[in-house]
Amino acid sequence: MAHQPIKFYQTGTFTIGNRLLDKSEQTLQSQVERTNSLNSGHRACQGCGEALGARYAIDAAMRASNNQLVAVNATGCLEVFSSPYPESAWQIPWMHSLFGNAPAVASGVAAALRAKGEKGVKVIAQGGDGATVDIGFGCLSGMFERNDDVLYICYDNEAYMNTGVQRSGATPPKAWTNTTQAVGTHPGNPVGIGKNVPRIAMAHGIPYVATASVADLHDLEAKVAKAMGLHGARYIHIHVPCPLGWKSDPALTLKVARLAVESGLFPLFEAEYGEVTDCTPIRRQVPVERYLELQGRFKHVFADPLAREAIAEIQAIADTNIKRYGLVRKGVTNGT
Amino acid sequence: MKQQIEGSQAVATVVAFCRPEVMACYPISPQTHIVETLSQKVKAGEVGTCQFLNVESEFAALSVLIGASAMGARAYTATTSQGLLFMAEAVYNAGGLGLPIVMTIANRAVGAPINIWNDHSDSMAMRDAGWIQLFAENNQEAVDLHIQAFRLAEELSCPVMVCMDGYILTHAFELVDLPTQEQVDDYLPPFEPVQVLDPLNPISIGAMVGPDAFMEVRYLAHDKHIRALEAISRTSEAFHEQFGRMSGGLLESYHTEGAETIIVALGSVNGTIKDAIDELRLAGLSVGSIKISSYRPFPTHAFHEVVKDAKRILVIEKDLAVGKGGIVSSDVRMAVQNLPLVVMTVIAGLGGRAIPKSSIVRIVREACLEGLEEPHFLDLNWNAVNDEFVRQQKKRRSGLIPKNIPGDVGPFKLKVGQ
Repeated sequence: MAHQPIKFYQTGTFTIGNRLLDKSEQTLQSQVERTNSLNSGHRACQGCGEALGARYAIDAAMRASNNQLVAVNATGCLEVFSSPYPESAWQIPWMHSLFGNAPAVASGVAAALRAKGEKGVKVIAQGGDGATVDIGFGCLSGMFERNDDVLYICYDNEAYMNTGVQRSGATPPKAWTNTTQAVGTHPGNPVGIGKNVPRIAMAHGIPYVATASVADLHDLEAKVAKAMGLHGARYIHIHVPCPLGWKSDPALTLKVARLAVESGLFPLFEAEYGEVTDCTPIRRQVPVERYLELQGRFKHVFADPLAREAIAEIQAIADTNIKRYGLVRKGVTNGT
Repeated sequence: MKQQIEGSQAVATVVAFCRPEVMACYPISPQTHIVETLSQKVKAGEVGTCQFLNVESEFAALSVLIGASAMGARAYTATTSQGLLFMAEAVYNAGGLGLPIVMTIANRAVGAPINIWNDHSDSMAMRDAGWIQLFAENNQEAVDLHIQAFRLAEELSCPVMVCMDGYILTHAFELVDLPTQEQVDDYLPPFEPVQVLDPLNPISIGAMVGPDAFMEVRYLAHDKHIRALEAISRTSEAFHEQFGRMSGGLLESYHTEGAETIIVALGSVNGTIKDAIDELRLAGLSVGSIKISSYRPFPTHAFHEVVKDAKRILVIEKDLAVGKGGIVSSDVRMAVQNLPLVVMTVIAGLGGRAIPKSSIVRIVREACLEGLEEPHFLDLNWNAVNDEFVRQQKKRRSGLIPKNIPGDVGPFKLKVGQ
């Protein structure tokens, strides 16, 4: 693949520009060796977090597997925007079967490789939060408990975006979607429901579980590379803002993602065999308002006379995460 | 070698001889003995490097095979009834993708009310999913059809269901001529997929097709099935040549030459039908029968040729299109639409209701003399049905039908040959 220049706009962040780093520490994505597994020309929206996450994740997996990779994709945005026949943005062997069966299809690919004695080829399954935490959850849990040799990547944009923004089991409290409208006395998604699949994955005792965010692409690449070096069932849950469904500025995708991390709403951690082994401390803690105010899906939270209460409920979730994972360490500045 | 063996174990034995590479199984009665036996064989190292996955659902079972088959592995599973319907979305997907998976259906009724006994409701629900459906009359044929199924599936790149009646065949001990590994190897070439997930030659499988091309893709699937008719005959003939016995094919005729009345059926009931025909012919009735071996694709032309001089056709079918009647009889009517004959539907054997020879003899006589109401429900207990009508007229909350009817007919027992 010929070299394609790639532009980085990382102003106002703590990230050190790639060009200032030693080549060995630069992201794979900034190097000519990147495989462009998810190639340019696909039909994702402006500012799509999922396309960005998938591009980094799959290229990192390609490098870690010596370009011997097969990917299985659940139905969803990533599948639709990348593969309208006769076009396909995928430069790797890629298969889409159904919405709810990507983990099982990947188990089958892995089983076929085992039967054929093919040890070099690695298997990835990927899907959005709907495919992962809802409709494909049974297959995901089955793949986990059998410890099949598959890395499953969930791109979590917190709702069914492909069908037009409906609530999923990963939709956060208070968020507007087209099935949790901002009407009634308790507008948006109810508080206290939904599921945390990274923790459920950990409960299966699988070799590796990690969360990642497009806000920290070095970290994302490193976690994919680490997961690819392990055998058995592995799970990475990547937080990917969706400007369409979150009603956020497409130019602010990375900022929104970063504020989710820095507020404590999306903790970055790693776990092995059911135990948390590492987490990324918050560098500059921000109150959840800074994250929420950039997104139209939380607009009603600020308009509501009971806004303080709603925001306090969301802040309590962030505080629980911060305590649970020890996200705020000594010397951290408060960014309020 | 001839052996007195249970149907499920016989099938498992030949499936193992077919050298599957990936099997994913979820237990459901009456399929369990097949997958238990295969698990045992894989663990004992009798199936090479075959991977046997215990999965969490039938949907997962077939999904695993979709991945395995796309990776170029020979893939097999078995299911029935609720299990087949639970995997319905994957059944259509495997059909649409043209993945040559072989699946045994141990035919069983579909609830509610839940019922574990035999009829063909399950396979019929999936008849349009793009799978070839072959029906076995007995365990010898079930064994033989599995060997043919892998060859057929892989030649055409099309999945195949081998349907065998639950319990009636799966749990019956019969004398079966089991082939040797060498015989199966001679008949069944190694799997050479038409498309495969390969890092050295990456392709995208299963991408989206819009209105501009979807019709053509579906037409080609239809065309493949029409061409499969010839392949099914040829595969069966090749089997005959090598193994010395006929099994499968499109259909099998029994005393149809010059017959005025022809009975049509799928699966194990054909044995009883042949006995009934022997009795009826002794009594002077001109009766024959057709066993449909390939239900999908439906052998419209071959069927037409056999029945063109008959006066009436009785389709005895173990399924029900609620609100319409027969399912197989619709296919039959299409095949005979230009012929001056009467097609009658006999719904029989639902949920494991026995179909005794005496009932077949009686219904054929009735059909010949007076004709039948459409559809006719064989051996329906009209007293129980009428009692329920009365109850419902008297009282809105008249109770649960599945509870009332057994209350009317007395304690449950399997009555055979009454």
